[in-house]
Amino acid sequence: MDAELILIQLFSGVALGAILVITALGLSIIFGMLGVVNFAHGALFMVGAYGGLWVASLTGSFWWGLLVAPIMIGLFGMIIEWLLVRPLYGRSVDDPLLLTFGLSYVLVEAVRIVFGNDGIPFPTPSQLTGVANLGIGYFPIYRLFVIVVVAVVLLLLWLALEKTKFGLIVRAGARDPTIMRVLGVNISKVWLLVFGVGVGLAALGGVLAGPMRTVNPEMGSLVLIEAFVVTVIGGLGSLLGSVVAGLLVGIAISMTALFAPELGTIVMFALMALILLVRPRGLFGKTA
Amino acid sequence: MSDKIDSLIRRKISRRAALVGLSAGASFIAMPWVARAADDTIRIGFPTPLTGPYAAEAKDQVKSAELAVKLVNDKGGVAGRKVELLVRDGKLNGGEAATRTLELIEKDKVHAVVGALSSAVQLAVNEVTRARGVIYVSISQSDTINEVKDFSKYTFHEALNPHMTTAAVARHAIKKGNKVAHLVADYAYGHEMLRGFKRALTTIGAESVGELLHPIGAPDYSTLMPRLRAMKPDVLCISNFGRDQANSIKQAADFGMKQQMKIVVPVLLHNQRLAVGPEVFEGVVGGANYYWELEQQLPSAKAFNDAFRAANGGAIPTDYGAYGFTGISSLLLAMQAAGGPDTDKVVAALEGLKYDVAKGAQHYRKCDHQSVQSVLVLESKKKADMKSANDFFKIVENEKPSEDVLRSCKELGFPA
Repeated sequence: MDAELILIQLFSGVALGAILVITALGLSIIFGMLGVVNFAHGALFMVGAYGGLWVASLTGSFWWGLLVAPIMIGLFGMIIEWLLVRPLYGRSVDDPLLLTFGLSYVLVEAVRIVFGNDGIPFPTPSQLTGVANLGIGYFPIYRLFVIVVVAVVLLLLWLALEKTKFGLIVRAGARDPTIMRVLGVNISKVWLLVFGVGVGLAALGGVLAGPMRTVNPEMGSLVLIEAFVVTVIGGLGSLLGSVVAGLLVGIAISMTALFAPELGTIVMFALMALILLVRPRGLFGKTA
Repeated sequence: MSDKIDSLIRRKISRRAALVGLSAGASFIAMPWVARAADDTIRIGFPTPLTGPYAAEAKDQVKSAELAVKLVNDKGGVAGRKVELLVRDGKLNGGEAATRTLELIEKDKVHAVVGALSSAVQLAVNEVTRARGVIYVSISQSDTINEVKDFSKYTFHEALNPHMTTAAVARHAIKKGNKVAHLVADYAYGHEMLRGFKRALTTIGAESVGELLHPIGAPDYSTLMPRLRAMKPDVLCISNFGRDQANSIKQAADFGMKQQMKIVVPVLLHNQRLAVGPEVFEGVVGGANYYWELEQQLPSAKAFNDAFRAANGGAIPTDYGAYGFTGISSLLLAMQAAGGPDTDKVVAALEGLKYDVAKGAQHYRKCDHQSVQSVLVLESKKKADMKSANDFFKIVENEKPSEDVLRSCKELGFPA
């Protein structure tokens, strides 16, 4: 096994990790800020891919799909929060979990009715087709683009949460909503927006995944599991944790591929079990 | 008050249950003529993975199977008795499919079982049917089901098997001296296809340079591409199924593999080509049991396509979908010949049956009940060459049915 192969494998792992990060981010944010386990995350990811495809076919441009679909579906997410999730705040965690679980079935079935059960082609945008020679091996230009988008999204999220007044309110609200209310902050509005952003990120993941995978009504089911594993490894509710965990899982899968690629799915769970044994709250989970 | 309502509800439910029992011909109803009327229907169980990565193919199988049943019923049924198809979701899971099959046999009292769309799941279904002496016509690829260990007199295999498929594909797509790498789904189907390809490569004089297994249902293959490329093959054989085929070929194309190697698959799937578009599949070669353009050569294919189009709003039948038609049709023809669903008579009739319902002459070989049939080798067309929206593939070869392409009865473990 030569060094070049190990290097390109490492890079593949980071690239896969970037995809895992973007798929997990929405789940992590909604749980971290609202304490809601969004079981419809995978379905919303799938709806994002279909939405992106739909907008792209209407406008004839992938870029509109990438920009508009996540915003549209983010707004849809706000409606979900306002209409369905909000009445369940303050009740046990199971209630929103069951609600979103049911919602995921509704979404998958709705997409089946509208778009059919067969997969639909989502062509790679023409500007991003082809492979780039990285020196250590070849890599699709589109996947490099995805890494850049993920990096930009993370930077924007970090700026919004750490450097703005709104971010301050969100973080404070996550710690103690009661105090925030006493201080006269309309926390409901904040949660509405956070839920919308989380759902929009799930949809963005879906649009980005579209040209790499086939688009079909069930494409979200495995994504939900992957997102959970990443979120749990990172520590529930920790944004930084999700990023580190996503990259870690990507690299673990990629390195496993060097000697036993058939274990690609299992290694993710093995890593989770291992980390939970050492750190029961995940890598960056807050202690009680 | 609430007591009254309760008793009202209770009475309603018990009456409904009785009605259901009646219509199912349950034996506890003391009205023999009703039971006999219900018993008159010939029931065929059809477990297939309606959900999961093979859902598109499974739904097509159901459509074709329903068509086969409808055509027979339109002509007055089998020996004057109506035929009913009972479709169940096996969820691409051996345990689930076996349980559904058991219910079909014990509860729904089916006369025969057709279906299962996975080499692993069909073996689980076969376990159940052969233990209960129920005819099972399997319509998805497997070599194992032919072998004496899994065989029973009730087991029929209407689909192609990996041995005959890979041999035909390799003969037309792989040349002497070629270096061949394998990407393989890590379960029975992948393993059997890999074994078939390797055997065919030895015959041809080509060399296997390596194999990578991947978990079934994997959405991402990017981490496997560097190693496949490092093997420097002339041909990449991708032995997986359903959405895995679309995803892996798409990602291989994204990684620029097609510039360096030819992609070959054991079965080229219509639905997966549909799911990723002509550019991705262009030039990919693979086998098939059926392709709708056979209608230009075969009257039976034309008749099948026309009936399918009429029943499905102009849509054409697909490869794995056609198994639903050929599998059910062969069984119903045998039942017709046997004068009813009596298991032993139908087994004898199936063994003696010669049929051509969609793809040319077919018959079941006596020793292992494998359907001897033509094998197609297809190549995916580029967009510019497509003459119609469904003109996906070019027929590279239509290998005539022959027992010579099967493993011998002796090799399968049957007494000579």
